Amino acid sequence: MTVVTMAIDGEPLAVPVGSTLLQACHQRGVVLPTLCHLDGLQPVGACRLCLLELGGGERLVPACLTPVAEGMVVRTDTLQLRAWRRLTVELLFAEGNHVCACCVANGACELQDAAVAVGLDHVSVAYQYPRRHVDASHPRFALDHNHCILCTRCVRACDELEGAHVWDVAWRGSHCQIIAGLDQPWGAVEACTSCGQCVDACPTGALFDKHDGSSERQPQRERAALLRQARETRQWHNQGEGP
Amino acid sequence: MTQEQVPTRRLRLATVWLAGCSGCHMSLLDLDEWLFELARWAEIVYSPIASDTKVFPENVDIALVEGAVANTDNRALALLLRARSRLVVAFGDCAVTGNVPALRNLWSCQSVLDRSYGELADQTPQHPHAPGVVPELLERVLPLHQVIAVDLFVPGCPPSAARIRAVLQPLLQGRMPVLEGADLLRFG
Repeated sequence: MTVVTMAIDGEPLAVPVGSTLLQACHQRGVVLPTLCHLDGLQPVGACRLCLLELGGGERLVPACLTPVAEGMVVRTDTLQLRAWRRLTVELLFAEGNHVCACCVANGACELQDAAVAVGLDHVSVAYQYPRRHVDASHPRFALDHNHCILCTRCVRACDELEGAHVWDVAWRGSHCQIIAGLDQPWGAVEACTSCGQCVDACPTGALFDKHDGSSERQPQRERAALLRQARETRQWHNQGEGP
Repeated sequence: MTQEQVPTRRLRLATVWLAGCSGCHMSLLDLDEWLFELARWAEIVYSPIASDTKVFPENVDIALVEGAVANTDNRALALLLRARSRLVVAFGDCAVTGNVPALRNLWSCQSVLDRSYGELADQTPQHPHAPGVVPELLERVLPLHQVIAVDLFVPGCPPSAARIRAVLQPLLQGRMPVLEGADLLRFG
């Protein structure tokens, strides 16, 4: 295995060639806050939470996108980086309508985790309260743009894992949003296989299974009977269905 | 806290209820037997759940403020309590972020009133209007720190009793609490 030698926070380290700085940090045991990163998906550097100081601090680079190089010197935890990271999370909260108390992801949300990680006790910038909509046209899932942080994990999961490319990013600036198909209702996009990988990838409550919501809850009441029947008759599949 | 540590003068503690559901105050009551401990250390001089005082008093040491600032009464009380308190704590998500009361900021104040008191009324739709009795809504619901200076932020909807205790215990002993980690800091 070919390695490069580098230093993270003053500690020398040998890292396999081709690693990213984020992987090098993990190898070193340094935990960086991330939101757009998801193991298994290509990195994009959208959220800017994993920024590191390169060299003497004159340049900031996203750890998830930057390959390691021989002699590289990075710092992961300076006062300046802490301030940037905190402000980044503040801006994410202020930009959308994140009301944790009435969100399906409350308690299982990576934006909440990021706020804890950067020590966010309040948001110092003005909340924007943008008018955003909810797309509940899909029979099983829903997209609440109020909670979307534009990390594009759903876009990449659908494209790279499922190969369906239902999701994309449209418009600019504060109008930027995730769209299904050609900006159609999600339920009208025939390319969607209903695999749910976008829902699993979503760090917040933007994409959710309708079963998860309190008011949208659609429990599968037939499941118990199906399971009992399957056990008693040892018939695990409906007639005509393959295994 | 032992008997020896009890100060000669009990701190003057106020709790305030602005635009919130009172859940933070309910969580305060969840401190159960520790409330007796609290009473040894602090005199509750103003509170919707523990005092009958109508006017926010002078010389308050610690003010726990639940709720966002949504109307003219909220704003007047916020300004008064700031002037009369040494340390102001934004107590819970509504005070810290605006939270659920601030959801109405997605629309104009007038359209929310029209919807609530006009379109959805079963009988005699009319806007509440009683100057001096019913406070006027502010155009925007604001977190507390956008109205007055706040010294300490305690997020949570509501903050758990354990979190409240982790805040009050050092405060009563004259120290600022350090809120770190999901147990003490998490929104929601």
